[in-house]
Amino acid sequence: MSYKDKNFRIIGKPMPRHDAWEKVLGKTNYAGDNEIPGMLYVKALRSAHAAAKLVSIDTSAAEALAGVEIVLTAKDVPNNETVTKFGQTHTVGGFEGLYRVLADKKVRFYGEAVAIVAAETPEICDEALKLIKVEYEELEGVFDPAEALKPGAYLVGEDDTNLVCQYKVRKGNVEEGFAKADLIIENTYTVPQVDHIYMEPECGTAWLGEDGVITIRASTQVIEHFRGIAEVLGIAQNRVRVIAPMVGGGFGGKEDITVETYLALVVFKTGKPCAMTWTREESLISHGKRHAYTMEYKTGVTKDGKIVAQQVDILSDAGAYVYLSPWILLYSTVKAVGPYDSETVKVDTRTVLTNNTFASANRGFGGAQVCFAYERQMNEAAKALGMDPLEFRRKNYLHKGDALATGRVLENAVETEATGIKVMEMLGEKTISDKPNILIGQGMASSMMSYGRMTFLHDTSRSYVSIELDGSVVIRCGVQDIGCGQTSSLASIAAEVLGVDMDDVTVYFGDTSLTPLAGTTTATRMLYMSGNATLKASKAIRENLLTTAAKYLEVSIEELDLIDHQVIVESAPEKNMPLQQLVKICASDGVELFNLAQFNAPAREFMDFTSGQGQVFADFTFGSHAVEVAVNTDTGEAKLLKYVSCYDAGQAVNKLSAEGQIEGGAIYGLGYGMMEGIKYDKGKTLNPNLATYLIPTTMDVPEMQTDMIESGGGLGPFGAKGLGEPSSVPSAPAFVNAVCDAIGAPINDLPASPEAILKALNNK
Amino acid sequence: MSIQIEITLNGKLKKLEVGPTQSLLSALRDGAKAKEVKDGCSDGDCGVCTVIMDGKAVNSCLVLAPSADGTEITTLKGLGTKENPSAMQEAFVNCGAIQCGYCTAGMVLSATAFLEKNPSPSRDEIREGMSGNLCRCTGYQKIVDAIDSAAKKQQ
Repeated sequence: MSYKDKNFRIIGKPMPRHDAWEKVLGKTNYAGDNEIPGMLYVKALRSAHAAAKLVSIDTSAAEALAGVEIVLTAKDVPNNETVTKFGQTHTVGGFEGLYRVLADKKVRFYGEAVAIVAAETPEICDEALKLIKVEYEELEGVFDPAEALKPGAYLVGEDDTNLVCQYKVRKGNVEEGFAKADLIIENTYTVPQVDHIYMEPECGTAWLGEDGVITIRASTQVIEHFRGIAEVLGIAQNRVRVIAPMVGGGFGGKEDITVETYLALVVFKTGKPCAMTWTREESLISHGKRHAYTMEYKTGVTKDGKIVAQQVDILSDAGAYVYLSPWILLYSTVKAVGPYDSETVKVDTRTVLTNNTFASANRGFGGAQVCFAYERQMNEAAKALGMDPLEFRRKNYLHKGDALATGRVLENAVETEATGIKVMEMLGEKTISDKPNILIGQGMASSMMSYGRMTFLHDTSRSYVSIELDGSVVIRCGVQDIGCGQTSSLASIAAEVLGVDMDDVTVYFGDTSLTPLAGTTTATRMLYMSGNATLKASKAIRENLLTTAAKYLEVSIEELDLIDHQVIVESAPEKNMPLQQLVKICASDGVELFNLAQFNAPAREFMDFTSGQGQVFADFTFGSHAVEVAVNTDTGEAKLLKYVSCYDAGQAVNKLSAEGQIEGGAIYGLGYGMMEGIKYDKGKTLNPNLATYLIPTTMDVPEMQTDMIESGGGLGPFGAKGLGEPSSVPSAPAFVNAVCDAIGAPINDLPASPEAILKALNNK
Repeated sequence: MSIQIEITLNGKLKKLEVGPTQSLLSALRDGAKAKEVKDGCSDGDCGVCTVIMDGKAVNSCLVLAPSADGTEITTLKGLGTKENPSAMQEAFVNCGAIQCGYCTAGMVLSATAFLEKNPSPSRDEIREGMSGNLCRCTGYQKIVDAIDSAAKKQQ
C-alpha cells in the first residue's frame, strides 16, 4: 500500500483528524481565548433604527468616563468607505461594492455599527455606550425588494436606484420551448433570510507587534482581508498581519470582515492591545445573512417527461449593503435549473438593496435557494405527469459531455443519476402508517454545486512543505481551518506522498505574515486548491528524495517507494533505508527538502453578459438526498423517519471527515427546510437569539445513512471533488418534497414549519 | 461589591473574587482563566458552556458565580489527558464527532454526565439526553455514535 501504486495508506481511509485530540482535551486556543496584558475591550454602539438620518453624535460624556480609552465614529476612520471592484477583500464587483466601517450620515440597517468604544473593562464599555448621544431622524426605509424596485421608492444608499445588478442566461427560444410542451408547471417559491449560527460568535484580539505591524488574531475565513484593513487605515498592506487560529464554525458568515477593522482601528489609534467579542444578538443582527429570494419558475414538459422549456425569474434581497450579493446572484443564475437538461432556458435575476440586515455568503452561496425551487419544480412536474419523481429526473439529468444552459460542457465526472438511484434504494419502501392522523411521505432532491471560485477570478493557492532532519514534516499554508478538516487534509496528503504518518506532520496555517497565502476558506475551495498546492510541493520533495536515494543505492528510481518512514527498494529489500537516513544524506548533499508550490485554478474570461454564455465554474459536485417523514395532521409536526444521502466525492481524502461533511451539510440544510428564518418588523430583527431563532437539535434529526461514489473525476488532489457546500444544498427540497408527498398538497415557501404544514393541509 | 468563593476546579482548589450577578461562565473564563469553557450565547440556549458541577451538567452561563461556592467543577481539562483520556474523549476523537470543536467542550461534558445517570442508553435516549447541546457542524450523527460507543466501552 503506497502512494506509488495508488493503493493509499492514508488517503480515503477513515481517520481521526490530526486536530481532534487538541480540541477534545480543551487545548485549542480559539480567537476569543487570548488575553493580552493591558488589553482594552471593544464594543460597538449599534443603530436601533433600520433607516435613519444621523443628525449628530455626541461622544463627549462617554469619553469623559473613567476607564474609557477612546470612542470612535465615522469621522475618526482614515478611510471609512472603501470601494472594491474585484477581489475578495470586503465587497465585490464586476460592480462596485461599498464597505463602510461605521455608519455615516445615514443608517441603513438595524444593528449597523455607529460608534465603537474601547475601555478597560467590558462593563465600562457598556456604561460608555449608554452615554453616547445619537440624534436620529427616522426615515421611511424600504423592506421589500419588489417595493424597492418601484419608481420613487425610498433609496437605501446614495445611488439613484436600489438595483444592485442583474444577469440573464438564454438558451434557445423559450417561447418555442413552451409551444412544444404538453404541460406547463408554474410556481412561485420564496425563501427567507437565514443565519449561519456557528457556535463561536465573532471574536478576536489585536496588538501592535514589536515590529510595529498591526496584528489581528480573529475568527475569520479570510485572513487576506489584511489588504482591506490596511486600506481602511491608510497604511501599507505589509503593515497589517492577520492570524486565524482554529475557527469555531464559519459557513460563509466569517467571509466578510467582522471584528477585524474595529480592532485594527483601536490599535492604530491607541497603540494598545484590544479584544472584541460579539454577543449572539450582535451576531444575529449585524453580520451578513443568506439572501431571501422570490423565485418564479415556469417549466414546460412533454408527455413522455422531457423538459423542453425552463423560465426562471429571481428577485434577491441584498439587504442594506452590497457585499457579495452580485456574485451570489451569479451563482444562482448559472445554477438556476440545476443538474437537468432543457431544450430552452431563459433566466433573469436581480438583486436589490433594502433596509434589512445585509445579505452575503452562506454555505451554498446562492445554490441553496435555487435548489429548493428547481427541485420542488421537478416534483411538481413529475406529479403533473403522473410520473415517479426519480423516473422523471432520470429522463432529464445532465451527464458528462452535456452542456449547461450557459454553453459550458461538463467535462468531468457527472454522477447525479447514480446518486439519485442510490438514495431511493437506500430509502427503501415507504413505511406504512398505523395511525389515521399520521401521514407518511418520501421525497428526494439532487443538486449541482460548484467547488472552487469562479474561473474569471484566476484563483491561486500556495503551500510550503519541508522535511526536518528527523524525518518529521512541516507544512506552512495560509489556510483558515473552520472545522471541516482543512489543515488535517493537508497533513493527510503530505503524509501519503512522503511515506510518513499524519502524526508526523505539523501544519502551520492562517497567518498572513508567516504562511504562504492560500486564499479564502470559502467556495468549497480549500481541499481543491491548497490540497493541490500541497500535493505539488510534496511531490517535488518526494522526487528529490527518490532521486538522491536512487543515486546512493545505485538502483533505478522506478524501483523506489516511500512507505512507513522507509525508502523501499522493491527488487532488493535488503537495501531499504530509513527515511531519516535518506533525509540526512540529502541535507549533507545540499538537496532541497522544501518546496513552495503554487496551484493555479483553470482561468477563463468573464461570461458574456448579453447572453449569459461562458464558463463560470471549473467543476461541480453532484449528489442527492432522500427523506422519509411522518406528518402529524393534528399538529403539523413533520418528524423525520429516515435521512439518506449520496455524493460523488471524487476521492474522499479522509472517509470519516467526508462523511461528517455530508451529514453536517444535510442537517445544516434541513434547518433551512423545516424551521429557520430571520423575522423582521420593518428591518428590526424579531428573533435575535437562539431561543427564538431555532436550529436543529439532536431531537429533530433522525439516524442518517451516508454513501459515497468515488469517481476519481474531480479536479482536486487524487481526483477529489469538494463537499463542504454541496452537501447542504438539497436538504430543504428533499424534506419539503417528502412533506408534500405525505400531505398531498404543495408547500412553496420556506421554512415548512408545522404552522406552514397545517396551513397547507387546511388549504387542500 | 465582590464576593469571594472557593471552588474545586478539576481537582484544584481555587479562590475567586466574583460579582453578585456574575455568571459562573464568566468566573471560569475570566477569573479562573479556564478558557476551555466556551461561550456560545450567554443565554442558556446552546449548551456550549456546559460544565459538570457536583456531578450535574449545567449551563455555566445560567449559574450565578456566588452560588457555585463550595462546589466541584469539571471542565474538559479535568476529564483526561492525551495519555489517559476519558472513554468519552477517546470516542469523540475516534468516531469523528469533532469538527470545528467549539461545541465539543459542552458536548463531551453533557455526554459524560448523561452516561453517569444512564450508563446503557438507547440511541433515542442519547438524542433526548443531548438535546440541550447545539452543534452546527456534524448533524449529530457522529456525536451519537461516539456516546453510544463510549457507553458500550464503559460496560
